Amino acid sequence: MQELINRLKELIADGTVVRAIGWKKGDMPYNPEPAYFEKPEDFDNFVYDGFCGANLSKMMIEAAKLEGKTAVCLKPCDTYSFNQLIREHRVNRENAYIIGVGCRGKLDIEKARKAGIKGIKSISGVDIEGDGDVTFDTVYGQKKMAYTDLMLDRCHVCKGKDHVIFDEVIGESKDTGDADRFEEVIKIEKMTPEERFAFFKSELSKCIRCNACRNVCPACSCRKCVFDGVKFDSQQKANVDSFEEKMFHIIRAFHVAGRCTDCGECSRVCPEGIPLHLFNRKFIKDIDDFYGEFQAGKDPEAQSPLTDFTFDDLEPKDAVGRGE
Amino acid sequence: MSMNEEKKEFRPLIVAFCCNWCSYAGADLAGSSRLSYPADVKIIRVPCSGRVNPMFILRAFERGADGVIICGCHPGDCHYSTGNYYARRRMALLFSMLEYMGIENGRTRVEWCSAAEGAKFSKTMNEFCEKVKSLGENVRLGDIRCKN
Ligand code: SF4
Ligand code: SF4
Ligand code: SF4
Ligand code: FES
Repeated sequence: MQELINRLKELIADGTVVRAIGWKKGDMPYNPEPAYFEKPEDFDNFVYDGFCGANLSKMMIEAAKLEGKTAVCLKPCDTYSFNQLIREHRVNRENAYIIGVGCRGKLDIEKARKAGIKGIKSISGVDIEGDGDVTFDTVYGQKKMAYTDLMLDRCHVCKGKDHVIFDEVIGESKDTGDADRFEEVIKIEKMTPEERFAFFKSELSKCIRCNACRNVCPACSCRKCVFDGVKFDSQQKANVDSFEEKMFHIIRAFHVAGRCTDCGECSRVCPEGIPLHLFNRKFIKDIDDFYGEFQAGKDPEAQSPLTDFTFDDLEPKDAVGRGE
Repeated sequence: MSMNEEKKEFRPLIVAFCCNWCSYAGADLAGSSRLSYPADVKIIRVPCSGRVNPMFILRAFERGADGVIICGCHPGDCHYSTGNYYARRRMALLFSMLEYMGIENGRTRVEWCSAAEGAKFSKTMNEFCEKVKSLGENVRLGDIRCKN
């Protein structure tokens, strides 16, 4: 982490960049926040550890419009989102100095809570250079958890530790992928329609329409979002009918279909723990099956599958009933 | 007594988004050739099948449709060259998602139908109505507030 801070300070001092975007300490040890850094003393609060799951690429939409270059710290998965933003002309590459930061998996505090760890005072073993278990110092004494057991689900299906776009890379990464990302989708596909309907109904009924999943999503960068429009009464605060839950989730996922890099931010930020990735990955899986494998953000020149076609594409009637 | 019996028979409400240049004209031809299609089919004219936003389909279901069909020009014949090719991809993904969420297959359909195919239009609508009728009322994608 010190190496990263030193390098960012250096880049600002020598005028390469005017400011940096990174993470600063939050009010608890497990919730660092995205932040701008300009003056040397700003860096006193800089942090980059296992809890820095936040994808900073979306902040570059704003930052790339400012005067002068901005240094931005991007994890390997975040670089896919950045590429996608370039593809959609939402960021100006020239105004970004990308520091690819190493990653050994990011952590999910909910997993500690589920394991019964409460009253956390401080946490150690989450440093980016570290190795070994995570230790929680709580008001009820010391608790330990294996780093991998605490990892976000998305890190178990990591796309790989190569930065797809960067100016320089700082820090080592460690491979964390140990699961198949379509496993859960396939499991649902195998259920009966009644089971599937009941499953989604119970998950989606938890939604409080806070819009956090949309707001955090690097692919959701429309200046005017359909969910803010009064015209379609689609901006309700709370869902008063189960139709709205379905509508919101289908449309949200549909709007990012072919553009979603599977960065996992939507599922990470949902305060209700709704597995939003199940929608995105269903679209990704279908796109792979119907139109050939596609990874959004891998190549900023590649045409998104939904703005493309071939003359002999699959007919919609053949897209359903495949499991029957 | 007879009134009650009449009420019991389920008549599906079908919304058909028809492209102005082909299927809408096809529907016209079906009419002028005196070919029948169920009166429960409500046609909404769109400039092109590519105009159909997934939200239109969901809204139709919300407001009480039991089935939604999108009709456009045959691939290669779209009057805006490529609108139906994009629509084909979008609808394939949307229908698959609806199935994934447990909505019955068969409530949605895409059919390519030209202005000369009045007979095909009438046949398609009759078939689709039968299919939706066999599935029964749309409960899973409806909105109770829109029921009267
Ligand atoms: S973040 Fe979760 S609760 Fe909030 S709108 Fe999205 S799905 Fe609903
Ligand atoms: S939909 Fe979710 S996983 Fe996909 S790009 Fe947006 S935040 Fe990332
Ligand atoms: S939900 Fe749709 S309209 Fe809203 S920001 Fe995302 S992509 Fe844009
Ligand atoms: S004009 Fe008929 S589908 Fe495009």
